[in-house]
Amino acid sequence: MQINFIRKLIFDEKIRSIVIQTLVIGFFALMVYSISQTTAYNLEKRGIGTGFEFLGMSAGYDISFSMIEFTSKDTHLRAYYVGVINTLLVSVFGIILATILGFLVGIIRLSSNWLFRNVAYVYVEFTRNVPVLLQIILWYSILIHLPKIKQAIQFFEYFYLSNRGLYSPAPIFKEGFSIVTWSFILAVVFSFFLRRYLKNKQNETGRQFPIFYIVSAIIIFTPVIFFYIMGMPLEFEHPVLKGFNFVGGMVIRPEFAGMLLGLSIYTAAFISETVRSGIIAVSKGQREASQALGLKSSLVMRLIIIPQALRVIIPPLTSQFLNLTKNSSLGIAIGYSDLVHGFGGISLNQTGKAIEIMLIVMVTYLIMSLTISLLMNFYNRKVQFKGNA
Amino acid sequence: MSSVASTYKIILWSKKNLFSSWINTLITILTIYFIYEVSFFFLDWAVFKADFLTNFRGERIIDRTFCSKNIEPGSYGACWTIIHVRFYQFMYGFYPAAEVWRVNLVLFLLPFALVAIFFDKIPFRKYFLYFTLVFPFIAFYLLYGGPSLTTVGTNKWGGLLVTLFLGVTGIALAFPLSIALALGRKSNMPVISLLCVIFIEFIRGVPLITLLFTANFMLPLFLPEGASPDNLLRALVAVTLFQSAYMAEAIRGGLQAIPKGQIEAARSMGLTYWQSTRKIVLPQALRISIPPIVNTSIGLFKDTSLVLIIGLFDLLGIGRAALADMSWTKLYYEVYVFVAIVFFIFCFAMSRYSLYLEKKLRTDNN
Repeated sequence: MQINFIRKLIFDEKIRSIVIQTLVIGFFALMVYSISQTTAYNLEKRGIGTGFEFLGMSAGYDISFSMIEFTSKDTHLRAYYVGVINTLLVSVFGIILATILGFLVGIIRLSSNWLFRNVAYVYVEFTRNVPVLLQIILWYSILIHLPKIKQAIQFFEYFYLSNRGLYSPAPIFKEGFSIVTWSFILAVVFSFFLRRYLKNKQNETGRQFPIFYIVSAIIIFTPVIFFYIMGMPLEFEHPVLKGFNFVGGMVIRPEFAGMLLGLSIYTAAFISETVRSGIIAVSKGQREASQALGLKSSLVMRLIIIPQALRVIIPPLTSQFLNLTKNSSLGIAIGYSDLVHGFGGISLNQTGKAIEIMLIVMVTYLIMSLTISLLMNFYNRKVQFKGNA
Repeated sequence: MSSVASTYKIILWSKKNLFSSWINTLITILTIYFIYEVSFFFLDWAVFKADFLTNFRGERIIDRTFCSKNIEPGSYGACWTIIHVRFYQFMYGFYPAAEVWRVNLVLFLLPFALVAIFFDKIPFRKYFLYFTLVFPFIAFYLLYGGPSLTTVGTNKWGGLLVTLFLGVTGIALAFPLSIALALGRKSNMPVISLLCVIFIEFIRGVPLITLLFTANFMLPLFLPEGASPDNLLRALVAVTLFQSAYMAEAIRGGLQAIPKGQIEAARSMGLTYWQSTRKIVLPQALRISIPPIVNTSIGLFKDTSLVLIIGLFDLLGIGRAALADMSWTKLYYEVYVFVAIVFFIFCFAMSRYSLYLEKKLRTDNN
């Protein structure tokens, strides 16, 4: 009887699986329990409490680069917001730049010009085989060794490049500019529906409309017309050198620019590879058939190749976007106040709440990763084959 | 006659590849101009106008004030002496010079340990594989010390030694772990596959730097007193977990490529799960997943540079330490370009190897 039971335990697949899983759960629970016990003991011995009350306490440090106002009297929670915003800022701009550059280089790599495509190849091999951290540091050290403020390089009359960043005129929106903005938004919405209508019309009747020109004309001219109607409600504030620094205008700090350059140039190399392989994956017959139908080569690319290549490109592109977002955590190496540098670094050192802070930081990155994945999956579903219907 | 033919061939080739249309010709000319400008600037900086051990006056360079670019206005050549002076640190960190033969011995033995993994058609492969298995123990004994060798604490390790240690050990430790994770993720047992999925997706969703921070700050809290590993081992734990999650996904891709019929056939022959996995599934799946495994390994090797943020002195960390030295400060480009070249050599070699494997896989399958 007993032997039978043991035999079942070992040889009956269903029962064995239940036994193994129970053992795993037990082992896991034991591990979690012992770790939490040790941790509680260690924390108590070091006099570190647990809990999230520290979020409401004053941070006591300054953040030089912040989109929202932040002083040392503000709370750790606000420092967290500053970090999240800065991380998102550099990620979003990085993703945009990297995508543009990556698509360009990917297409250049397929150019019929031997020299041109090999220059692109050298760029790709050099950037993707060198750590992104090193590239960020390198760009940053180039930027902070630009001329000093007093000898700033002036170009296009109102732009100044110096070791403190790129100073440019700042737009000042006067009363009535919101109407221009609204007219722009309405123009975009309107042209979206117009485009759909014209496409349907083309599908029904076969008549072609210059959709691209019509839509761009609407989107460009509507706001321009309203801009003049409202009496040009926009002025520029120019940076002026006063004493040791520029006053007024906008500035792009070397920390931000270094991150942006490092991240986007590095990621663009990977994106260009996915773009290249995506375009190669479109069968040669497609290109030949469309050329035989008499399409111009620019139209072949836009209408035939790219839409099909996108199906192959989107999934690896998504993981490159994720990588870029995660790599934006390297700001700490050059003093860019992202999530890991400010909240995850300085706040952690000041409060000693390693567990809570790392938990918050990791969950934040997980949420960002998840959001990007969801958005890209949504887009991916749109570009995939729609079946035969 | 043949030279005429080859000249003709060259003309034909360049007509087709460089000057096929007026726009192509324009691009070619602009590209040549670009290459000319960039390469001359770089070569001037790195070679022709650079100082190696002496400056333009022929004096031996003792510190940065002797560099030509710091004496002669308008001169911009690199001052490579900083690499020469710090070369030992770039290679070994602060490893005692009297014991450095141990590191050299390990570096000498490393290729012998790796050759059997990288190439499957070498003579005596079996014996090389045995050596691969014992090598980690030999290497640890030599590097760290033990009976009849003085102990060299990991806080003395640095430079390329740390970069290679983290890279090679991280990949080697992650390999078995990642096989377990990949199999676990595909397991029929919901508890096990759920745990594996959570682990893999969590690690892949957060940046490595947060894992390094966690290992650095939290391992001492999680473990009983005295059991806490030193800084380098903490980093190794983080790097290994990180790599195992990515590698597991590469292996999962290989597992998915195995037709279900193979597994069913194996099971119907009476093989158990482990037998069929070990003898039928894994050999095929791992073969397919080697190229993506190598690619993630390149990524990890580059990412080891992140350990400088938690205060370890890897290749890049040593470079930054060299720049912090007042007598050599401000020679940024020399240091960073040197470190970049070292990383490039390793990563480029690995990516070539991965390409070679992909080609081999393709021809083997046909």
